[in-house]
Amino acid sequence: MTDQLNKTGSSARHEDLAIPSDHTNAEHHGPPLPWIQKYVFSTDHKWIGIQYGVTALIFLLLGFSLMLLMRLQLGWPGHAFALLNILGPGRATGGILLPEGYNQLGAMHGTIMVFLAIVPLAVGAFGNYVVPLQIGAPDMAFPKLNMASYWFYFVGGVIMLTSFAAPGGTPASGWTSYAPLSIIATSGQTFWLTGMVFLITSSLLGSINMIVTIVQLRAKGLTFMRLPFFIWAQLVTGFLLLLAFPPLEAGAVLQLMDRVAHTSFFLPAGLVISGEVLKVAGGGNPLLWQHLFWFLGHPEVYVLILPAMGIVCEVIANNTRRPVWGYNWLVGSVLFLGFMSFVVWAHHMFLTGMGAFVNSFFQTTTMIISIPSVVILTVFFVTLWGGSIRFTTPMLFALTFLPMFGLGGLTGLPLGLATADLYLHDTYYVIGHFHYIVAPGTIFALFAGIYYWFPKITGRKLNEVLGKIHYWGSVIFINGIFFPMFFQGLAGVSRRLYDGGVQYAHAKAVAQATNPFMSISAWCLLVFQLPFIVNIVWNVIAAMRGKKNVGDNPWQATTLDWAATTSPPLAHGNFAVLPVVYRGAYEYSVPDYHEADFLPQHVPWPVTPRSSGGGTMAAPAVAQREE
Amino acid sequence: MSDQAIPSTAADRLPLPETAAEDQHTHGGVHDPNLHHSPEEIKREIRVYLIVFAALAFLTGLTVYACYGLAMPVHYAIIIALVIACTKGFLVAGFFMHLLSEKRLIYSVLALTVFFFSVLMWGPWNHFVDAMGHK
Amino acid sequence: METQAHAHAELEIPYTVQPRSDTGLYNAKLGIWLFLASEVMLFGALFSSYILLRTGAATWPRGWEFLNVPLATVNTFILIGSSVTVVLAWANFRLGNFKWGRIFISLTVLCALLFLMNKGFEYHHEFVEHRMPSSSNFMALYFTLTGLHALHVIGGVIVFLYLLMPGAKMWKTAPARYTNRIEVAGLYWHFVDLVWIFLFPALYLM
Repeated sequence: MTDQLNKTGSSARHEDLAIPSDHTNAEHHGPPLPWIQKYVFSTDHKWIGIQYGVTALIFLLLGFSLMLLMRLQLGWPGHAFALLNILGPGRATGGILLPEGYNQLGAMHGTIMVFLAIVPLAVGAFGNYVVPLQIGAPDMAFPKLNMASYWFYFVGGVIMLTSFAAPGGTPASGWTSYAPLSIIATSGQTFWLTGMVFLITSSLLGSINMIVTIVQLRAKGLTFMRLPFFIWAQLVTGFLLLLAFPPLEAGAVLQLMDRVAHTSFFLPAGLVISGEVLKVAGGGNPLLWQHLFWFLGHPEVYVLILPAMGIVCEVIANNTRRPVWGYNWLVGSVLFLGFMSFVVWAHHMFLTGMGAFVNSFFQTTTMIISIPSVVILTVFFVTLWGGSIRFTTPMLFALTFLPMFGLGGLTGLPLGLATADLYLHDTYYVIGHFHYIVAPGTIFALFAGIYYWFPKITGRKLNEVLGKIHYWGSVIFINGIFFPMFFQGLAGVSRRLYDGGVQYAHAKAVAQATNPFMSISAWCLLVFQLPFIVNIVWNVIAAMRGKKNVGDNPWQATTLDWAATTSPPLAHGNFAVLPVVYRGAYEYSVPDYHEADFLPQHVPWPVTPRSSGGGTMAAPAVAQREE
Repeated sequence: MSDQAIPSTAADRLPLPETAAEDQHTHGGVHDPNLHHSPEEIKREIRVYLIVFAALAFLTGLTVYACYGLAMPVHYAIIIALVIACTKGFLVAGFFMHLLSEKRLIYSVLALTVFFFSVLMWGPWNHFVDAMGHK
Repeated sequence: METQAHAHAELEIPYTVQPRSDTGLYNAKLGIWLFLASEVMLFGALFSSYILLRTGAATWPRGWEFLNVPLATVNTFILIGSSVTVVLAWANFRLGNFKWGRIFISLTVLCALLFLMNKGFEYHHEFVEHRMPSSSNFMALYFTLTGLHALHVIGGVIVFLYLLMPGAKMWKTAPARYTNRIEVAGLYWHFVDLVWIFLFPALYLM
């Protein structure tokens, strides 16, 4: 049912309105690029987007696998699993994770998921591939910088992975690397700091590129209030990355100095480790690290969610065949959200002994920041009203994002209230809260985006049957993992315990009742990712063999990305003639327009039929895909 | 005086107006320091740069003399040094970086940055001033 | 928008030279200011750390107890001088004076190298006196802040050397674009100077 006809039964017609790519002018572009320049050090945003996407998905699978290993132990602490022995004798013996090994997996799971998987996928992959197409630009503003930012990310990732081979193992001080533990930790922590410097550099270059591209390269007629919400989300995300990462970079430099040059930025005098006083100058402050980390850390979580909200908006508008309700509210909310995200960070530090004024200040700003999120969610819900909903696979994931993000957001409220947080901080309640937002939240939105934009990239739709199996298995089992965490947290089960809490009398009963169920859910979740992987690999191979099965605009969408031909060729620009925009981004079911239930942004009014000559469209030409 | 022939494609032309009439042309109402200055105006700019340099040199000497030469007590030294540093910074940013004639978008980005910078200055410090058991 | 009159292998990105009318900016100008905004946050975080550590310390030395103020004062003059030379270079390129533009860029690089050389003398002197980053938070901050600043100076030198040598070819094919690159590099350089304007009193005079 993926190629449902629209109301007037003319689904095919608007696929003719694609603007040809510049392929016909190929001979003006000089000799073909050598393989290494075309596929390794490409400066084309589409290929760089694919590089980011493939790399990030591999890291996503890796981070997921680390969690699966952790959950074996959490579900059945003390029970030997031969699989755990692959981690090596430093991390596991006799099939049981050592505490050091568990800490390593925990720190790497968090670091990989946040910095190597989700953000590169949401911003590097989706941002790079879609943004220039959606604003009608030939590429990003700085193509060489774009290439550099991918390779900095790659090198940062390699450094993080190499830490598995370090003596003493990977970083093991949490993805948050709190001092003083991180200062005295093994050499793996230095890998974390060095890797972060590369990742932050990558992010910085990428965010500059994204902001300049969106501001400067919008097509003629594409005013800010005609932008798809996806672009607004990427613009605000760019500013978050630009201004929030540098303090963490500063912190990483200071922590590197503490570890390598034996300074005491974060070390107080008189620290006793294993009965011995640490011989450092002292005078440092561990909380300084927390401030520097969370100054980034909080905007970072909005970096995780905003592109996802952007994707959800595109998919919902397209699959309800009606304009987004309250577009202006969306824009105002995302700007306000981005701004507020810089002044809430110390809600991660309510238990560090801050005074009443500071606690109250950050509690207030945290409560205020929940408002724009609620507004955005409301806009999406109301947009469903009166829509002709098409339950395609991307739509299923996008719809599910709404209640899942809603639950995650609601559970953030008691955490944002300092008094309640006294009890809930560092318990599984927190883990449940943020995973609901990122896992059935952001990741589901990213899945929606993959299913949605796959036909643009390859010319093939992903198989709907496999897609629905992927969807149903994922939604059931992801809730199975994370929902019980709220009960664990309320019962007082602390996080980062390598046995899942059974060593504590107050936590033992709840932990034993829930952990096995959660671990089984996790492994079942893995099983249901297999249809997704098979779906992608199968269709990519078919596409590489030239077997397209859809046209340029299979979803009958309005935005400029669907005005480009399928899989626009590399290095030749996306549009032979840059589009001109005449209207907003979500003109579905336009009252006086009866040719179709959507009116693309780049089509002047009234639309003249194709091939009868006249009108303002270039004759359509389907570009051949580059080999 | 130009050392070599400059190619004349429109995109690559040096941003000097070729006629007086063109100098009046405003490119859609946009004032760009690059595009609208005659050689005389640029030479006047050069004089401004040299005056600013003199001011910066003077202020540098002043701050060293006041804080170090006079061995000013810490609290006064901090205030004097910061005031002079901000003045010098204003001169560098305003004249060398042409911030005084920059576009609104740049001002907006910088205003946002200055606000977050202030938050960054205030936050960690305030934590300790307001910490439990501190008073 | 740039014309497509000549065949070439590169993609035509609009507004690389001509400014976009509604923003009044060419791409690299906006790009460099965004980069400088992030640098403000980077050095801001370090200054914030300095404030926090100093106000939390029972005692804190005056700068001249351990550091060479006269040498650093000379360095300040050198760096401010290099800011003047770079803006004079840009003015000359705008006037079409390639030769004088190059001379002023070379003077900028020279000043930068002098600055680094003096920094080297300073560091050496500290090490000789057995004052290392690990000796105290004052020394740790001194080495870290000036070290990071020096890395930025080195970065600037690399960019200017590129523009002087291999990058200078662009003057023949696209002088307006080359001049813009000088402007953008100059903005970065002024920022490096600006950081020093605050760093110098913060470490040496307070």
